[in-house]
Amino acid sequence: MVASSTSKSSLSVTLRVWRQAGPNQPGKFVDYAAKDLNPDMSFLEMLDVVNDDITTKGEEPIAFAHDCREGICGTCSCTINGKPHGPGRGIATCQLYMRSFHDGDLIVVEPFRARSFPVIKDLITDRSAFDKIMQAGGFITVRTGAAPDANSIPVPKHDADLAMDAAACIGCGACVAACRNASAMLFVSAKVSQLGLFPQGQPERDKRVLAMVSTMDAMGFGNCTNQYECSAACPKTISHDFIARMNRDYLKASFRSVFKPVSNSTGGGAA
Amino acid sequence: MAKLESKVPSGPLADKWRKHKADIKLVNPANKRKYDIIVVGAGLAGSSSAATLAELGYKVKSFVFHDSPRRAHSIAAQGGINAAKNYQNDGDSVYRLFYDTIKGGDYRSREANVHRLAEVSVNIIDQCAAQGVPFAREYGGLLANRSFGGAQVSRTFYARGQTGQQLLLGAYSALSRMVGAGAVELHTNSEMLDLVIVNGHAKGIIVRNLLTGAIERHAADAVILATGGYGNVYNLSTYARQSNATAIWRAYKRGACLANPCYTQIHPTCIPVSGDYQSKLTLMSESLRNDGRIWVPKKKEDRLKEPNAISEGDRDYYLERMYPAFGNLCPRDIASRAAKRVCDEGRGVGESGLGVYLDFSDAIRRLGENGVRERYGNLFDIYHEITAESAYQVPMRIYPAIHYTMGGLWVDYNLMSNVPGLFVLGEANFSDHGANRLGASALMQGLADGYFVIPYTIGDYLAGQKPGSRPSPDAPEFKAAEESILGVTKRLLSTKGREPVSHFHKRLGKLMWEHCGMARTASGLRQALKELPQLREEFWATVNVPGSGDTLNQSLEKAGRVADFIELGELLCLDALTREESCGGHFREEHQYPDGECKRDDENFGHVAAWEFQGEGKAPLLNKEPLNYETVKMSLRNYK
Repeated sequence: MVASSTSKSSLSVTLRVWRQAGPNQPGKFVDYAAKDLNPDMSFLEMLDVVNDDITTKGEEPIAFAHDCREGICGTCSCTINGKPHGPGRGIATCQLYMRSFHDGDLIVVEPFRARSFPVIKDLITDRSAFDKIMQAGGFITVRTGAAPDANSIPVPKHDADLAMDAAACIGCGACVAACRNASAMLFVSAKVSQLGLFPQGQPERDKRVLAMVSTMDAMGFGNCTNQYECSAACPKTISHDFIARMNRDYLKASFRSVFKPVSNSTGGGAA
Repeated sequence: MAKLESKVPSGPLADKWRKHKADIKLVNPANKRKYDIIVVGAGLAGSSSAATLAELGYKVKSFVFHDSPRRAHSIAAQGGINAAKNYQNDGDSVYRLFYDTIKGGDYRSREANVHRLAEVSVNIIDQCAAQGVPFAREYGGLLANRSFGGAQVSRTFYARGQTGQQLLLGAYSALSRMVGAGAVELHTNSEMLDLVIVNGHAKGIIVRNLLTGAIERHAADAVILATGGYGNVYNLSTYARQSNATAIWRAYKRGACLANPCYTQIHPTCIPVSGDYQSKLTLMSESLRNDGRIWVPKKKEDRLKEPNAISEGDRDYYLERMYPAFGNLCPRDIASRAAKRVCDEGRGVGESGLGVYLDFSDAIRRLGENGVRERYGNLFDIYHEITAESAYQVPMRIYPAIHYTMGGLWVDYNLMSNVPGLFVLGEANFSDHGANRLGASALMQGLADGYFVIPYTIGDYLAGQKPGSRPSPDAPEFKAAEESILGVTKRLLSTKGREPVSHFHKRLGKLMWEHCGMARTASGLRQALKELPQLREEFWATVNVPGSGDTLNQSLEKAGRVADFIELGELLCLDALTREESCGGHFREEHQYPDGECKRDDENFGHVAAWEFQGEGKAPLLNKEPLNYETVKMSLRNYK
């Protein structure tokens, strides 16, 4: 939760914003004054107001990613004063309110920084590497229409609850931006754990973790060195325990992929 | 005049879908790979249809303006998804879900479509559970349910307060699987700007690559639009900031009829507006009405008092008073108007006077603070983030806000528009919710359309199209569409006036909310219809869109969308003015019963109003599809 400043009076701040015209172009910080702000304004609404000012002056406004503005779509992505999604625990940038700043503050706003998230423009980065990891194995193969009755597969409440904790991930990439190794292990482990906790996820459990981890490596994300900056920055406070769970899964799957007997028949009728 | 043939199959209601599936044409497996299908949008309907059609063997191209399909605004649905599973043994059935939905829609939806929706609802839950969607469960490991507005059974499945997110991620994972398998070509950051029609059939789209600004042509054998609703016409809404109507509006301008645009849903439980800078209204899930009690002070002079200092006797639990049978769980349109009424009486709370209390103190006494936290913790957290108040200690303040649009592109029983080859799914079509949607039914419809309807019905169209007959993107129709888009872009960029796009969006929103919001009058609508063309002219004369067209340009994106919203707003008001009755979300003050309930006119307005574009500057043509109720009797909706 964000601590709220007690006064309801307006505040003025200076924004130091990363401006970069396009990919592979040099960027720089530019200062903007944001005056007479209502503390109940969200951080992104403040950027809207600043952008309208910039537009009226005939300049190009600051490009920033945003959409749902309620902390669930995972589009917004700034690093604010060095922290992905800014101060406050368990929130995305769109859930940050100006009441968490003080009059006269200097606020530094940058894009998420990571080798695998190249800057597209200003504060917007390319996070398609996450989609690639999902495409490699972030699913349970079930053709539409082929599912048994939902209550024919009971799932212990404890497992379902834990799976939901992991599934809460919004795919924003703050975990990567917060990590000194730009590791995506919190993101990947959340999906691996969610699906691995269900009986439905067992047939592909080994294949899934191996494919997702190898794609994660191929996309240039780093490894985990147990600093847990990822869970601290995560807007859904997803626990780093899932990383341990994934490492366990990965290890088991690696052994099994070597020692498990394999059928000589390849297709076996699978379409 | 458009030909509106509903293609509803004959026979008893409960057999129609089964019979239709047996009657419609099929495409053989070896031929499926010869057809290209474009799917625009990747929310529940878009992702589920793209994945399923690819599984069937069609070649699918998926387009989404977001940077990833997982961002679509289906993700923000909180409460749940309905299904007639009757796992609770409380008397639910396909018929009851059908009946509740028809009644909830105030008898303005198509019977056969709604019955099909209720039938396939049970398959959706099976499909999603198999995908690993973490639905809430009981200790025995079986699925849990909660109740929702407009129903007297517990049929809503949920995943904490993030049901939409989990269902969308399920569909996204199915889509990702097919992208990984090479069966779906995924185009992210790609916004559809025009529909291409060749020989009267929808055969392609023009998109703008939002990263490079490049205008691209894409041809296909059929086009599916699953691009969501148009609620951002009102500027302030619970929609995502980027949700827009451009795809359906451009399709309308290419000849697809837009049906019942005046059916807009106002959600009763949103966080009230706090200032002019506001960009978004946040919904507090309807599920809160299960345990929260809604009230305002009985006396006007109490409205600024601390709520906890107002004694029980001085509180008016107005929903419980007016609708004793359904109480706080009456449908959304009714709860919204009741809130407006008590605020209009001067009893609204909060600084603006536009708010009512949603109070959990009884629930906390009954369940304990932890019990309430377990059910609604994340919603209480959201409320705290936005308002800095704890709803465990003081009641929430809520007010209605635009949340969903029941109107949309007209479709037949096969979900095909009046333009052959153009299919419309989910919120973008008009078909299943009539004049008001019940809670937890949007997710149901999006997934029903995508997983279980379109995979069957699209074959009926494609079977009549020769494999390999789709036009080339070099065809003159594509060139002409591309040129018209380049023309619009150039015009937007060259005006360089004094006002940012947001200026016009805010003005449009205020105008629409004032004259075409929760309560509408003929004089107000006429006023709006006078002001909207002026606003449109002013927009084109004085808008300032900085930057260029050949790079990422968010101002340009917004400008195109707001230009379309202004035009759509006009059609919305025209439809609202023409529909001289009140029904569901469309409330005309002239047409009400003495107790303030909607007064329908089934004789003159028991039809779908499908508007057809006639050219710039010309009045659109009204086509009517009569609603033939074969099973249910249209009657007065009663929740008392």
